[in-house]
Amino acid sequence: MSTANDVLTVAGHAFRSRLIVGTGKYRSYQVMVEALERSGTEWVTVAVRRVNLNRDEESLLNYIDPSRYKLLPNTAGCYTVEEAIRTAHLAREALGTPFIKLEVIGDEKTLFPDNQATIEAAARLVKEGFIVMPYVTDDLIVAKKLVDVGVAAVMPLAAPIGSGLGIQNYANLRILREQITDVPLIVDAGVGTASDAVIAMELGYDGVLMNTAIAQAENPPLMAEAMRHAIEAGRKAYLAGRIPKKLYATASSPLEGVIGRGMSR
Amino acid sequence: MRVIINGEPREVPDRVNVEELIEYLGLRGERIAVERNREIVRRADWTTTLIEEGDELEIVHFVGGG
Repeated sequence: MSTANDVLTVAGHAFRSRLIVGTGKYRSYQVMVEALERSGTEWVTVAVRRVNLNRDEESLLNYIDPSRYKLLPNTAGCYTVEEAIRTAHLAREALGTPFIKLEVIGDEKTLFPDNQATIEAAARLVKEGFIVMPYVTDDLIVAKKLVDVGVAAVMPLAAPIGSGLGIQNYANLRILREQITDVPLIVDAGVGTASDAVIAMELGYDGVLMNTAIAQAENPPLMAEAMRHAIEAGRKAYLAGRIPKKLYATASSPLEGVIGRGMSR
Repeated sequence: MRVIINGEPREVPDRVNVEELIEYLGLRGERIAVERNREIVRRADWTTTLIEEGDELEIVHFVGGG
């Protein structure tokens, strides 16, 4: 079985890479450029912020080649439905893309999403023609409600944003995967290292979105490459179909023909 | 005239439209979006939208984020 045609499709847009990478918290734009390149990603997130008129800043977008990367603007930092919707509109106006990674944060310390506000904002944005990809907790009922209002993907967290704790609720993520089959599921937030990404993909997730795990690694480009392999390895293992777990051993080598056995002495 | 840009009061030339204001602020050519008094001013309307005294403007761009 070849995986050459195995693509991530969100609202009809196909991506060869199942890794979505954030553009925040790199030591420099140069490091980010190299990390994005080595991650193999085709889709990167960006945040909407006020222009700083008091100092000259280099523009992030000068470092992101539009022929290589599709931009996924987010509503990070928004705490209300209104703020998130306003931010989505500004992003769409500036970039001309209907895609929006919807975040409505409910708590400053954990950055956990306000699921109820997220559902409300998602419903309104979908009605306005946005392709909505919401960040939510790993809650099946919330995910179902989001699917009902027409989101293009559901993006549960694996652990708090930027925590690097990895997959904290394996069972919930599994249940989500088994029950949500109408839209892609993408793990968003909490990944710390390559094995976390592998687990997400082995669970059958359609992709992983990460930022801090790459940007704050000691060597971001190398971690980006590790993540690329992790995503591919996890995906292939999922497609290949793992063996069932058993408590006791089953020999891999034939039992027959071991020397020195048989023949009574 | 005095307007509020991104939450801060600022002196800008009288009778400018959005396009001219963006030029005046040195933001020409940037991927930005503009809100005037909470309404987005579409790019196509920049030259026909006049800024008035006391207007509240939000001008946003894109920064690194996850």
